[in-house]
Amino acid sequence: MLMQGKQGLVCGVANKRSIAHAIAKSLHREGAKLAFTYQGDRLKKNVEEIAGELGSKLLYNCDVTKDEDIKKLFEDVKKDLGHLDFLVHAIAFANKDDLEKNFSTTSREGFRVAHDISAYSLIGVSREAAPLMQAHGGSIVTLSYYGAEKVIPGYNVMGVAKASLEASVRYLAADLGQHNIRVNAVSAGPINTLAARGISGFTKILDMTPQKAPLKRNVEVDEVGDAALFMLSSLSRGITGEVLYVDCGYNIVGM
Amino acid sequence: MTKEEISKKVTEIIVKKLGVTEAEVKPEASYVEDLGADSLDQVELVMEFEDSFSLGEKIPEEEAAKLSTVGSTIDYLVTRLAK
Repeated sequence: MLMQGKQGLVCGVANKRSIAHAIAKSLHREGAKLAFTYQGDRLKKNVEEIAGELGSKLLYNCDVTKDEDIKKLFEDVKKDLGHLDFLVHAIAFANKDDLEKNFSTTSREGFRVAHDISAYSLIGVSREAAPLMQAHGGSIVTLSYYGAEKVIPGYNVMGVAKASLEASVRYLAADLGQHNIRVNAVSAGPINTLAARGISGFTKILDMTPQKAPLKRNVEVDEVGDAALFMLSSLSRGITGEVLYVDCGYNIVGM
Repeated sequence: MTKEEISKKVTEIIVKKLGVTEAEVKPEASYVEDLGADSLDQVELVMEFEDSFSLGEKIPEEEAAKLSTVGSTIDYLVTRLAK
């Protein structure tokens, strides 16, 4: 098994449809030991249930907008697990308003919130995770979307935040590479998740993708899980700072 | 599927998701005002309906936004499934 003897933290499970859940399932299948974070009591029950199904009782509350929460999270992880081999970052947020209105009306605060939660949080968790990874090396994977580089109607400020996230992946990879810590992003095609349904016009994106994608279909969440597994396993040990598309080829097509 | 069967299944899904009693799930009940749902619950419910009734195409946002009561959901599904 690919992840036998490896242990890591999965941040960003909201419910059973979450991409982070699919990644956790792939990791569990390959023998990884998992810990999870949840954001507040609203999502605790969902994450508890999913963690239980994947043989984990390690749950930590973490609001990534708070530096002290992130610090405390990794202090607790250190106590419970000692070290980390991998980290999954599947966290993003934008105000609903900013995913509906014209992009030019994005407020300063809406811009700040989207970037804080969706991009800065990767820097925050990577910084605190690094000391737990240094001894054996580690792999960090975050989730992005094509809207980071091309305009997807309705994706708006989230696209700008994902662009910032992808640039952060490169700078983190350059910084942490000296400790044998790799940082990569998986850019998934549209997946029917709770978060995605907040994007106005998302069901249209889902309907239109198969017409253009070379594989003539939408990507399955388990395929994203397995691609992330690859990036988190030693199979990808020569890869860092990369954005891996798992989108049935959608991004290569001009029209 | 008959309207009764749809109604029964919708009720089951709501009871399970929102932790309310079957008696509370009346046609006129509003998810937010009567059944205590928040915005995430509402999205999760829509996704549950799509899966449970095997709707190939998702419920578009503009339709989902109109499904504020149990009755409006049942009526929508009756129409969708009749197609």
